[in-house]
Amino acid sequence: MTEQNQASTPSTRLLSGNEAIALAARDAGVSLAAGYPGTPSTEILENIAKEGSLYCEWAPNEKVALEVCIGASFTGARTLCTTKHVGLNVAADPLFTAAYTGVRGGLVIICADDPGMHSSQNEQDNRHYARAAKILMLEPADANEAYHFTRAAFELSERFDIPVLVRTTTRINHGKGVVQLQPAENISHRTFDTQRDPQKLVMIPAFARMRHEILEASLERMATYASDCDLNTTTRNGSKVGVITSGVSYAYVREVVPADWSILKLGFTHPLPETLISDFCCSVDEVVVVEELDPYLEDTVRRLGFACKGKELFGRTGELNPDIIAKGLGLDHRASDVPAKQLPPRPPVLCPGCPHRGPFTVLKKLDVFVSGDIGCYTLGVNKPLDSIHACVCMGASIGMAHGMDRVLSPEQRRKVVAVIGDSTFLHTGINALVNMVYNRSTSTVFILDNSITAMTGQQGNPGFGPTLMGEPTANVNMEELCRAMGVKHVYKADAFDTVSLETLARREVNRDELSVIIVERECILAFKDIVKPALEVNQSTCIGCRACLKVGCPALIWHEQNRKVSIDPTLCTGCNICVPECPVDAIITPKKS
Amino acid sequence: MEDKITNILLAGVGGQGILLTSEILSEVALGKGLDVKKSEVHGMAQRGGSVVSHVRIGKEVHSPLIRSGEANFLLSFEKMETLRWQSLISRDTVCIVNDTQIFPTNVNVGLDKYPEDIDAFLDQNFNACFRVDASKLAVQAGTAKAANIVLVGALARLLTDYDKELWLDAIKRKVPKATVKINCEAFRLGYESMVL
Ligand code: SF4
Ligand code: SF4
Repeated sequence: MTEQNQASTPSTRLLSGNEAIALAARDAGVSLAAGYPGTPSTEILENIAKEGSLYCEWAPNEKVALEVCIGASFTGARTLCTTKHVGLNVAADPLFTAAYTGVRGGLVIICADDPGMHSSQNEQDNRHYARAAKILMLEPADANEAYHFTRAAFELSERFDIPVLVRTTTRINHGKGVVQLQPAENISHRTFDTQRDPQKLVMIPAFARMRHEILEASLERMATYASDCDLNTTTRNGSKVGVITSGVSYAYVREVVPADWSILKLGFTHPLPETLISDFCCSVDEVVVVEELDPYLEDTVRRLGFACKGKELFGRTGELNPDIIAKGLGLDHRASDVPAKQLPPRPPVLCPGCPHRGPFTVLKKLDVFVSGDIGCYTLGVNKPLDSIHACVCMGASIGMAHGMDRVLSPEQRRKVVAVIGDSTFLHTGINALVNMVYNRSTSTVFILDNSITAMTGQQGNPGFGPTLMGEPTANVNMEELCRAMGVKHVYKADAFDTVSLETLARREVNRDELSVIIVERECILAFKDIVKPALEVNQSTCIGCRACLKVGCPALIWHEQNRKVSIDPTLCTGCNICVPECPVDAIITPKKS
Repeated sequence: MEDKITNILLAGVGGQGILLTSEILSEVALGKGLDVKKSEVHGMAQRGGSVVSHVRIGKEVHSPLIRSGEANFLLSFEKMETLRWQSLISRDTVCIVNDTQIFPTNVNVGLDKYPEDIDAFLDQNFNACFRVDASKLAVQAGTAKAANIVLVGALARLLTDYDKELWLDAIKRKVPKATVKINCEAFRLGYESMVL
């Protein structure tokens, strides 16, 4: 950022990386954007939808989203696919072969990694995907570059006939900065059609062998291009130390290194510009590589025959920040002179009135092993609910429960339940349930249907709608779907009626056949109109037994002084879940005054 | 202010409007023709967890993250959260603390204790620590929900390089239309509550 004095011109705006990418898609003339919500990538499609000038959709999962984009690209349209890092695992199958077919309209995949795992189950480094799938990769270092690199990605995709991965990290997606917008592309000349070209688009072995040759040749051309394109920049200050870096790490490096160190900032990171890297390494006495997570750049520097320092200084886990880098490099850094104070942690919790609280309250009483899944309900792992006992990836709960079911004794397997949300079930749970039917599972599956994709900020999904374009749509009927797959015992239950749910759950857990219980109630954050008047604890009847506190609702407050519970009327949504827990019926609906 | 970078840390609890507040602050800096970087994390945090936002303002800003001990201002939305990001602050950090306590669920249910000596600790460890009863002033302005804008007003009083008009412009652009009047009043009350 050098020119800062145009704050009021419409082309200079304060944007997050996600907002910048959405505008880049618009300005690059994208016709279709698709993805599945996943922090930190979600707001890209939401902003595209808000902006309103191009077609966008939520797909049920990332594999479908990428396939939709590939199809649109085959007609000549520019398309954008968005995903979080683990979502690219789901989309890996089409990705690897799309590298062979190549594209017609530019195909750009934004992949948001989450070093530090602010909202993820792992912190895999997706730069490896670019290398493994043999596609082009760019890494922006801030919101401004997120805009410009995304624009460039479409041109490069078409120039080299290849999908382009724009790899971001949480600090890029959610961090804000000043962005200089460029004039939009004129795309009125673009026409789309279904031109046939089986040798390019049909990957049977004979054609795929040819395409692989073509791909390898074009990777060499890309590497040559990378070595002198302006997406990589060298700042030459001195010949003592040279730092090689990319992404947000560049911002931290700029903050901490002495003025006489040189910096090679890589924005085009697959294929790597080997000539450029070699030249840079030759020009300095000592090379340091600063990058988050895996030694992706460092391995290449070493392979090119240069000694360097890197992971041994900064580690392979978590996010970097300026202090970690300064410490690793032995540079000055100021420590806080305020003593640390022991504070109780404040982890996120299920909201007051969250419908997931009902099934977890029941499951806790059943004392079963809960095979869990990804969503708000994963928070059921925390005390006092303590009711999620395994969680691996989207849709895994059902497969894992079935695996347990097949090896445990008939007595033990009654103690296993799978829990999955509606959006997660539609994402990748359906196949696993088909497997349970086919392979004669005796498990019980809870589908927690809150009519929305809640965790990522309340997106519509095929179970309830609307579409991302805001249109009402046909909804998947979960009950009929399960029956159609061959599940014989399918029930619907009310998440707020824990007494009935407990009776039903006890019966089904003990049944020697597969059953599905669809526990329904809308997400309280998304459907505010279902909030009811706050309840109250009758202070003269409360015996201070704390039984109600076991539901873990933030609205229930324990008072040590008088050893009683009260309800915070500004938080309570009147869901009733705590009511049956009280042995003396002290939780009541206040009389109207 | 011209060459120096101003580091402002905002801390509090999910749902208190911290992200909107840091947004307004950044818009004000942009309006003054300065470079801004701000960083925060969305997602899980909305569910009542600890939230932090870093805002860095200057002529040219690289890192979106504040370095250890280098926060110039700390706008804290909840008493205990003032100390959650201890490594980033120093005795010289000027603190504005919303005079309110929000219990984490485990404190509510009696599994954890809310520290009793926060006030004394703040007085002992900072050269300047201002308390603002933001909820009370917000109610006075028209709704308890405007507490974050009361805090914006308090901060504006300390950032003397920025015109009041810049703040009011940013507030008008960023808050829902129907609440502009109440929020401008909340800003005024926060601004005037600061006795320097
Ligand atoms: S009824 Fe009970 S569980 Fe439901 S929101 Fe109110 S206090 Fe919480
Ligand atoms: S369960 Fe009933 S008696 Fe026990 S603490 Fe809660 S309100 Fe009081």
